[in-house]
Amino acid sequence: MHRQTLRGLYDGLSRGDFSSRELTEALLGRIEAHGATLNAFITVTAESALLQADLADKARANGTGGPLNGLPIVHKDLFCTKGVLTTCGSKILGDFVSPYDATVVQRMADAGAVMLGKTNMDEFAMGSSNETSFYGPVTNPWNTKLSPGGSSGGSAAAVAARLVPAATGTDTGGSIRQPAALTGIVGLKPTYGRVSRYGMVAFASSLDQAGVITRSAEDAALLLGVMAGLDKRDSTSADHPVPDYVAGLSKPVKGLKIGVVRQHFDEGLDASCAERVRASLAALEDAGASLVEIDLPSIGLSVPTYYVVAPAECSSNLSRFDGVRFGHRCGDPEDLSDLYCRSRGEGFGAEVKRRIMTGTYVLSAGYYDAYYLKAQKVRQLISRDFKNAFEKVDVIAGPTAPTTAFAIGEKTDDPITMYLNDIYTIGANLAGLPGISVPCGFADGLPVGLQLVGPHFAEETILACAHQYQQLTDWHTEGPEDFA
Amino acid sequence: MSLTKQQVQHVATLARLELEDGEVDDVVKKLSRIVDFVDQLQAVSTDDVLPMAHPLHMSQRLRADDVTEPDQRDFVQQNAPSTEKGYYLVPKVIE
Repeated sequence: MHRQTLRGLYDGLSRGDFSSRELTEALLGRIEAHGATLNAFITVTAESALLQADLADKARANGTGGPLNGLPIVHKDLFCTKGVLTTCGSKILGDFVSPYDATVVQRMADAGAVMLGKTNMDEFAMGSSNETSFYGPVTNPWNTKLSPGGSSGGSAAAVAARLVPAATGTDTGGSIRQPAALTGIVGLKPTYGRVSRYGMVAFASSLDQAGVITRSAEDAALLLGVMAGLDKRDSTSADHPVPDYVAGLSKPVKGLKIGVVRQHFDEGLDASCAERVRASLAALEDAGASLVEIDLPSIGLSVPTYYVVAPAECSSNLSRFDGVRFGHRCGDPEDLSDLYCRSRGEGFGAEVKRRIMTGTYVLSAGYYDAYYLKAQKVRQLISRDFKNAFEKVDVIAGPTAPTTAFAIGEKTDDPITMYLNDIYTIGANLAGLPGISVPCGFADGLPVGLQLVGPHFAEETILACAHQYQQLTDWHTEGPEDFA
Repeated sequence: MSLTKQQVQHVATLARLELEDGEVDDVVKKLSRIVDFVDQLQAVSTDDVLPMAHPLHMSQRLRADDVTEPDQRDFVQQNAPSTEKGYYLVPKVIE
């Protein structure tokens, strides 16, 4: 059962091959057996999962089940879940039990999904290796000495190890696509505003977007259809029609114009990864797509731009953690200022403190114009590059990450080395574009990801391209042997 | 090092973050590294470029000023470190 995709499981449930309860019990067993090795979960919700599974079985018998009825899902521990611990990977939220559900969580539950637990992540989604989590690093199922990437590393490891077929994630600079690439699975970051951010712990509000981690593009399409759409509780959620993403998958790649960015194959890209990505582009070309070389002249500035804009927004968003209304409070504060400073100093980890301080610095008097305003102007240039490119091509394809998975501890000494992991993914966040990473082969036994980026609200196009690629290849069916 | 220890301490105060003595040198080093890295933006010509305000150039949607959420104060305050009669307790601010 655990090797099947959501689609396969849905069919199996419909045929009566197994019940939701049997499926839930089997996966909870795998989570228990492998959870400690991977450290993929912060909370496992076994009891409520079995209750939800029984309800799903009843609904199926009555013919009233929703589109995800009885299907298992896990949520990144950044999504608020009513009555369940929501830590965001941080000590400061170590005891926080959310009083409400995030819209994503609510919509999945309404569609009949069974939540098995909450996954580990970089603290406040700030990291690319899962090493900044207060709850310890997640390991990569392909080699447990390696990082699964981040920040949605727990979600990626759980799906890659076949503990669950699907997980939610969030992507501010690559936090869905990069871990998906490093663990050999599919990661979809929708257009900014496509999915409601209500109930997501905010990191950088103009960049954050919820998405999914699955093993097939088809499953990603199924879940996006449930999650997407206007939400009155998020004033930045887009009032844009939600198409039938699953129906759109059949669109052939014949005639599709695929942009290949010259700058993406510069020296920063590992040679064996480049080879795999080029081979996947050739496969799409053989299937009838045309490859068009394009330039994104300002794309090289995306990482420094991001590391002004994202910390600025983070320093503002994380000011809510004050030790007063919720979250960690220091012992015996002398006065209010001491309460703030020590609660925050004790509650946040080193990377989160660096980002808050970077943001505070670039927004502070005398530096605002030079850093923040400048970065928002360069962001406009990067955004314009994409707009111009999409006048010539339907999608932009290239590598998701510059290397395969790296060792835990390898990149923690220098923040910039870590930040450059997201060199190919950050552009889509700055411009608000949808992107997907699909497995496209192996380099030295480790998965490589192909990234497809589309124009605003062109999720149908990138999902169809990814799905068609998965009809041509079977990289996505390969899993790590130790978790077979 | 582009930032001094004093500058870093000042930023930490603005951000209401207490840094432990052992942390400060590492923060100065890594924060300087980040500031040096983002400094490359200064060389980019952005004359006549408007700063980006929204990824989709959307404007803020407004709603009617109606009460739409029920009162959940007691439930919400279960997460608070210290409360009394519906208020949040903090150390005395005015002597």
